[in-house]
Order: sequence, then C-alpha cells, then structure tokens
Amino acid sequence: MFAYIIRRILYAIPILIGVNLITFMLFFMVNSPDDMARAQLGAKQVTPELIASWKEEKGYDKPLFVNHHAEGIATVTDTLFVQESLKLFRFDFGFSDANRDIGSDIKERMWPSLAIALPTFLIALVTNISLALLLVLFRGSALDTGMMVVAVMIMSISGLFYIIAGQVIFSKMWHWVPISGYEDGWGSIKFIILPVMIGVFAGMGAGVRWYRSIFLEQINQDYVRTARAKGLSELKVLFGHVLRNGMLPILTGVVVIIPSLFMGSLIMESFFGIPGLGSYTIDAINAQDFAIVKAMVFLGSVLYIVGLILTDISYTLFDPRVKL
Amino acid sequence: MSIVLLWTDILVWLLVIVLLVWGRVISRSPQVKKQWHTIFKSSIAMASAIILLFYLLFTLLDSVHLRFAAHSTASNGQTVQYKGDTVSLLDLIFTHNLKSTERTYSAPFATHEYSKSVVVDDKGVTRQAYLPLKHVSRNDDLLVKSFYAVLLGILIGSLIIVLHLFWQSSGNFRELFWRNWKAESTLPWRTAYLTIIILAVLLTWLYMLSFDYHVLGTDKVGGDVLYQSFKSIRTGVLIGILTTLIMLPVAILLGVSAGLFGGWVDDAIQYLYTTLSSIPGVLLIAAGVLSMQVMMDAHPGWFETTLERSDLRLLFLIMILGITSWTGLCRMLRAETLRISQMEFVTAAKAFGVGKFMIILRHIVPNLMHIILISVVLDFSGLVLAEAVLSYVGVGVDPTMYSWGNMINQARLEMARDPMVWWSLFSAFVFMFILVLAANLLSDRVQTVLDPRNR
Repeated sequence: MFAYIIRRILYAIPILIGVNLITFMLFFMVNSPDDMARAQLGAKQVTPELIASWKEEKGYDKPLFVNHHAEGIATVTDTLFVQESLKLFRFDFGFSDANRDIGSDIKERMWPSLAIALPTFLIALVTNISLALLLVLFRGSALDTGMMVVAVMIMSISGLFYIIAGQVIFSKMWHWVPISGYEDGWGSIKFIILPVMIGVFAGMGAGVRWYRSIFLEQINQDYVRTARAKGLSELKVLFGHVLRNGMLPILTGVVVIIPSLFMGSLIMESFFGIPGLGSYTIDAINAQDFAIVKAMVFLGSVLYIVGLILTDISYTLFDPRVKL
Repeated sequence: MSIVLLWTDILVWLLVIVLLVWGRVISRSPQVKKQWHTIFKSSIAMASAIILLFYLLFTLLDSVHLRFAAHSTASNGQTVQYKGDTVSLLDLIFTHNLKSTERTYSAPFATHEYSKSVVVDDKGVTRQAYLPLKHVSRNDDLLVKSFYAVLLGILIGSLIIVLHLFWQSSGNFRELFWRNWKAESTLPWRTAYLTIIILAVLLTWLYMLSFDYHVLGTDKVGGDVLYQSFKSIRTGVLIGILTTLIMLPVAILLGVSAGLFGGWVDDAIQYLYTTLSSIPGVLLIAAGVLSMQVMMDAHPGWFETTLERSDLRLLFLIMILGITSWTGLCRMLRAETLRISQMEFVTAAKAFGVGKFMIILRHIVPNLMHIILISVVLDFSGLVLAEAVLSYVGVGVDPTMYSWGNMINQARLEMARDPMVWWSLFSAFVFMFILVLAANLLSDRVQTVLDPRNR
C-alpha cells in the first residue's frame, strides 16, 4: 500500500504541472508581465525603464516558455513558467496585489472555512443517509413519493434563495442569530449555526435522492433476497447489508471532497461575512487579483488530488476485496 | 430596419436547425420513436415539456434583434443611419414597459412609490409624501381587467388546442377531441391542454395588466421587473443549452477516440480531462472570465454597442462553462465506447471491412445516445442555477445584461431596507423555479426511460 501511495503521488505531479500550465496560460497570455507592471505602477508615471526594473524586481523579466539566451537545460528551466511553477510546488504563493503574504493569509483563513464546511459536511452526511434509509424502508409508500417530490423541489431552488430567506427569517425577523460576522473560539457558534443549517438543507434534495438510488440499487440484489429468506428483519437487512454494501459508491462520492472542505464555500462565506478562503477568493476575483486566484486554483487542485488518493485508500479499509 | 445577428443569436438558431434535423433523423427509427413516446406517456413529463417549450418560445422571440433606421426618409444610395439601440421582438412586445420607467422602487400593483420623497406643496410647505407613479392606471378596475384577461387567455389557449387537434386529426375532429379529453389517447394530451390553457391565461393576464400597472413592481431605477424577468429567460436558457451544444462535439470526439483507439491517444485524452477536472470548477470559470475581461478591456474595437459587448461576454462565458463541463461526459463516453467496441457487432463490422469512421458513426455513436441525452437534460438545470451563482460571484454575465443572477444580486443589497424590497427576488425566484423544476422533472423521466439499468 505504501508503494501504491508513492506511485499515486508521483502520478499527481504531471497533473499538477498540467494545472499550472493551464492557469499560467490563462493569466500570462492575456495579462502579460508588462500589463501587470503598468497596473501596479499606475498609469501615469510609466516609463519602459520603470517597467523593466519592476519586472526584474518581481522576477517577471524572463521569457515565458523558452529562453534562447541560456545554455543547455537552462533554456527550459530559466523561464517564467518553470520558475513560477517551482514556487507553487514549494507552496510559496508570493504576495498579493495589496502586498500581503498569500501563504500566511491562506493559513489564517483556512480555519474559519473549515468551521463552516466541516459541520455542514458531517451533519449533511448523517441526515441524508438516515433520510434515504428511511425512504428505502418505506419505499413505494406515500411518504417515499411525497419526499421525492419535495427533494426535486429543494433541488430546483437556487442556493442563493436559501441563504437570503434564512437571513431574512432567522436574523432579520426573529433575531435568533446575528446576520453575519465571525469571531474566534466558541463564540463563533452563533455565527456558524445558520450557514451550516442552510448548507445542510440546500444540499438535502440532491443528497437524499443520490443515497436513495444507491440503496435501491442494492435492495434488488440477490444477497438481499437471501438475507430476507434467512428471516432477518427488514431493519437488519437495511443496516447490516444494504448500508454496508452501499458504502463503496458512497465513499467514491464523499471522500474525494473531504480535503476540499478547506477551500470553503464561496457564496456562503461572502453572504455571512466569514473570513475564510471562500470569501478570500471572491474578494480576489472582484479585485482582479490574479496572484491569489492562481494560488487558490493550485491549492484546490492539490486538495482534489489528495481526495482521490484518500478515496482509493478508503476502499481498502471498507472493502476487503480491494488490495492495493 | 435591419436584422442584427448577434453571436448568440446565430448559435440559438443553429441549435434550432440542428434539433429539427435531429428530430427528422430519429423519427425514421421506430425504436427511438417508441422511446420518446414512452417518455411523454408520463403526464408530468408532458407538462414539463410544454412549460420548457414556452420558455424556449420567449428565448427565440428574444433572439431576433432588429435595428430601426433613425430617419425613415433615407433614399436609395444613401447609407442608412441606424438608431443606437438594438431591439428584439420581445422588446417590441413589451415596448410599453420599456418606456414606462418610474423614478425608483415600487411594489407590485402599487399606485405610489415605495419610499417617501420631499415635496413642496402649493402653500410652499415642505413635507414628505409618497409620490404617485407616473405610468399606472388610476381607475380601480383591476378585477374587470383580470376577468377579460382570463377570458382572452382561455380563448388563446383553446385556439392553440384546436389548431393542434386539426393538425393531428384528419377529419374526425370531434372524436379525437373526446378521446383526448377522456384521457383515452396514448399520450396524455389532456394534461398538455390544461398546461397550455393555464400558461396562456397566466401570460395574457400578466401582459394585459402590464399596460396599466407594474405587475411585479419596479427596481431601483424604476425599470419594470416583469419585463426584466422575461428578458432574463433568454440568458438563462441560453446558458443552459448553448453550453451543452458547445461541449458536446468535444466530449463525443475525445471520448469516442479515447475509447476506440486506445494507446497514447487514450493516455493523452485521459490526462487532459483528469487535469481539467482536478481544478475546482468555480475557480477555473473565475480564472477564465477574469482573463476574458482583461482581454475585452484591451480590445474595445471588437464591439460597437453595449449589447454586442454583453453578448460577446455571454458567448465567452458559455464557452468557458463548456470547457469546464465536458470532462464528466467524456469520461462516461470513453468507458461506454470501450465496452461497446468489445462487442460482437463491432467485431463483425470490422471483419466486413467497414471503415473506422463508419463504425463510429453507425455503430458506436447511436449506442451512446442515451448517455449523451441524459447528460444534456441533467446539465441544463444545473447550468441555469449556476448562472445565478456566477453572477453573484462577479464572474457571470455582463452587469448590464438582464439575468436572474443580476436581479438577485441587486435585490440582495436592499435586504436591510424596511419594509423589504422583495419583488425582484420573488420574480427571479418564480421564473427560475418553474424553469428548473420543469427541467428537473423532465430529466428524471428521460433518465428513467433511457437508462438501460432501469429496464
């Protein structure tokens, strides 16, 4: 298994290089270092010399992909692309337009994001699976049909409306929780509770439907019939057989997003004023701060790939047939 | 008068042509015809499809853009001077709403403005008062008007139904009507007719009252919210369908080649989609849109009018969404092609010396059709919802463009007001909810019928 993990990590490197190439092309082809220098220095006092010195200072004076002035391997390595990529691989994200260290910003803002995302994820997981099991237990009944109709309706409403409705009802009308804000420590609970509840509710429609379809696929299998024939009660069949065998497809969909929880949710955080990575990204997008967006793209891809590796590892834990 | 073809207009009409051609092609195959018959046997699917058709109708009306000459006296040989603004057929229908802008917010059916403003009365005393709206009828005849509107709506709806019955029947009109009405027909036409009548009544009512009132209120600068909601239909539907149209060829081409050719082609394509799909979707879209914005700012000569500018931005947004969303379908198509290409009929075709291209066209693509269709209808509602979120994040359509996302975004800023300005939110909510719900219900049905695992 150890060898397998090493192999997967090595396999992740070309993918990350590809991710870098895409972001690099998106940013540097359209927004050349000259443009960046002009934007940074301000339109008035721009002279070619100033641009050149700014580029040299920031390390942007190298050619993009091929350096014709260098010898040997340096024709490829002494270029902007390779230098920038190497920096990212060392998780050295550089400085934002406002001259703040992106790396330390990310470290600081990761925790508020996680404070929202992790409870949402866990509560949603438990409620969705329990509800789906309940519906499978009463499959074909009025409860099942009715809940499925409700689920489609929940799915058909934009997440923005849940947030707005939640804020209006619980904060503005009933004053149960503050409308937005955040503080460190246990005091944050009153800020967190509403976004978490809204997040759970908004994802409920799609979630319950998905888990239900997984369980329904299992319930028609032969081993379930055998289990019933043995005289097991329906509840025992559900928890002992259907749930356990549904675990594999559930893991495929669920484990992969766990590392990405650090990235936070863009809309949720900006609506509720949570100083996490989601609102960080939104602010960067609105300020057109390319350095931050680039760092977040890289970070997001790394976390996703970590998620894929974790998924494979989780298979070995839950399914004895899978050997890595 | 001249017709202006925006980029997205061209794509929409191209899509309509493709759909018509495709409809003709599949109507030749009895199995596929039977499948579609099964899909529409469900009355929910039928009603959803009709609702979607109405949305499509508004999209198409809003996709014919005209420009009127500034002077009607332009003689031959002279270059005609055009007015600056381009209008669509939908704008022409709603001309009265376009002109009847108020000063600021007003609630639905209100006769006075939402907030008080300072006025000086005859005696020179300054006070605060609710100013009356400029373009609202003073007579208290809402009920009478509604009554006429409902009657007219029923009439229009019946007319469509009669036309449909005539088109369907060859002579025995009455018999067909009763058969459809008693739900003895193979397809649930009764549900379809009821849906048409309800929609016709609703639309006529909204339209007739929009002459005398602001049925859904006005926004911050006094624009009619009803008009904005109808204009937003095009944006939402376009993002939903054109994105798929753009990504389909790529996904099919790459997915089939990866599955069929194997070797380094497969490796390269797998690498490509793994890389793309490992970037978080919203961030990739944001990065793409940001770059696009910079590019468009650098080339102001690409567009003449603001409409063209926002249209170009919409096109780029659709392309970026297409680039980010083909990977899932491509992966599924690759797996299915791999499976099909091992089957006997493909081996047989190969043994008979059928060329690779013909094998793809005749034997593989038709067997992938259900996956493609399911993914198209599944993606549609997701994309409509995504538009709203993207516009909120600031990487959606142009802020000058009418879209539900922009409506929500503007209304959000007014949440703190008391009493709340709820009507923009409400309108965007209702228009989006109906569209997405219909699309979700139809896609459920399509999935149930077409997915071979459900047989």
